[in-house]
Amino acid sequence: MSPIPMVPPAMEPVYQHPLALADVHTTYCPGCTHGIAHRLIAEAIDELGLRERAILVAPVGCAVFSYEYFNMDGCEAPHGRAPAMATGIKRCQPDQIVMTYQGDGDLASIGIGEAIHAASRAEPITIIFVNNAIYGMTGGQMAPTTLAGQKTTSSPAGRAIPIPGQPLHISELLAGLPGSAYVVRRSLHDAANIRKAKKAIVTALKVQMAGLGFSLVELLSSCPTNWGMTPPQALDWIKTNMLPIYPVGDYKIVEAAKQL
Amino acid sequence: MARQLMKGNVAIAEAALRAGLEAYFGYPITPQTELLEYLAQRMPELGRVFLQAESEIAAINMVYGAACAGARTMTSSSGPGMSLMQEGLSYIAGSDIPAVVVDVMRGGPGLGNIQPSQSDYFQVTRSAGHGDYHPIVLAPGSVQEAVDLTVLAFDLADHYRHLVILAADGLIGQMMEPCELPPMRPLPSSKPDYALTGAKDRPARRIASLYLKPEDGEAHNRKIQARLAQIRESEQRSVEHFTEDADFLVIGYGSAGRIAYSAVEAARAQGLRAGLFRPISLYPFPDIRLSQLLAQVEGCLVVEMNAGQMLEDVRLAAGHDLPVAFYGRMGGMVPTTEDVLSALKSAYSEFVAESAPVVGKVKG
Repeated sequence: MSPIPMVPPAMEPVYQHPLALADVHTTYCPGCTHGIAHRLIAEAIDELGLRERAILVAPVGCAVFSYEYFNMDGCEAPHGRAPAMATGIKRCQPDQIVMTYQGDGDLASIGIGEAIHAASRAEPITIIFVNNAIYGMTGGQMAPTTLAGQKTTSSPAGRAIPIPGQPLHISELLAGLPGSAYVVRRSLHDAANIRKAKKAIVTALKVQMAGLGFSLVELLSSCPTNWGMTPPQALDWIKTNMLPIYPVGDYKIVEAAKQL
Repeated sequence: MARQLMKGNVAIAEAALRAGLEAYFGYPITPQTELLEYLAQRMPELGRVFLQAESEIAAINMVYGAACAGARTMTSSSGPGMSLMQEGLSYIAGSDIPAVVVDVMRGGPGLGNIQPSQSDYFQVTRSAGHGDYHPIVLAPGSVQEAVDLTVLAFDLADHYRHLVILAADGLIGQMMEPCELPPMRPLPSSKPDYALTGAKDRPARRIASLYLKPEDGEAHNRKIQARLAQIRESEQRSVEHFTEDADFLVIGYGSAGRIAYSAVEAARAQGLRAGLFRPISLYPFPDIRLSQLLAQVEGCLVVEMNAGQMLEDVRLAAGHDLPVAFYGRMGGMVPTTEDVLSALKSAYSEFVAESAPVVGKVKG
């Protein structure tokens, strides 16, 4: 860990390295929003005092090494299987806090069965679902969340709806299941939305702590590298192109969760 | 404890929980379903984890998670389900954590049927998933042996932090036999030192099978191979009958080994000096003892409920000089004692010099 600088007694630190965030270099591209998402999770974990009882299940994808990036116990699931693995961990240790961190290829494509059934069982786990509308790690292929007309390396002419179908709306889908207690979509494209995302992550973890059921926070994220944009252009693209298709909002908040 | 009449699948389930099974995850598939059904009743009674997963893929990954949490954990399935579990099995093996899987084998390939078979021998012994490794594989020949090997499976899994598969053919799973169950073990009071329990008063722990640098990947593989070398040296198991003066050896495991026993007994009654070798551990294949026995006989017969899978391991142990015959039934067919005896006599007369027919031989 970085040594926390000595602060004179009269001053209060307003910004420091979260204890739950490991002090390591990551494999993420410059300008990508994974870093923001990681920081928000770490801050939420610290604020709720959960670091010593939290277990993170990493996906396959760009965040495959995320179990290394947090200063807490972690493991790495087969592609899409994080909710099943998290189920095994949570059922054996109901008092621990179990989270998965999954991208759109991992959760919305290959792992949608595991995600739906975890929500359906009201599995008290928390999923952070990073939706950047593309496969990042393998080099920019079309994901189930890729927008209509969006060019990717496997839809070079743009996603043509008659062939792969419409983009998949995960929050809307999982919110429809009786087992889900808290399902919201937030965006990481600007400071105001980032603050709201942080608040949602805190609430999702509180939902798990209170044993209310399944919780998921979808984070609209950027992939400057595979979108072929600068980081600012990519953030703007979220706002202009993703938000109309994937509106931020509260898709499911059970009554008990509203009191948290 | 008194012997009681139990169905193989149920006996395995009860033995598993007595051996300390803390968390079971499974999916229905014939001919193993009674195992899942029995644990659905018993595990909650004991305050332990039972969960019917949405698929075998989910089941094995729940097992993976439970194993990461330091629990004694198990799933059970049959051929098609085992195929779906390959990915999870490989991740478990690549993470150096223990887990037990029961495969009650049925006829294949494809959907095949629900009749007894040994057609998963390649699948379970060769790797049971991608990458360089072997699970430990144990093959019971009776309900009692299924009980005993279930307990052993958990102990070996924990001792080596390795994947263990109990490969029972459908006959073992479905038949009822008297057996004696082990005593109920207390559950461990502490978690193993790799368990993900939350990083309280210790550095964070990580469990993964990912090694980005090839040097690290090779070092990890070497560690697995060193463990497998130790397993090959220490964990070969087999039983044998009538081998002391045998000049011909019959080799079979599980139900096929049991049917072969009756055939060897019948051959003995007819004056043939046949012996039986029944591997208990399919991996490690008991080639140390088998090689010694093969050195003393003039030929052998492999009997399996498949097209000849263990046959390849026997051939490796036999080398080039010893003739190896094979008798197998496939697709859920179970050989009769008469079938095996007939194959035995045919191979015996072909391979064993003294048994060459005297009729027609001209003296001097």
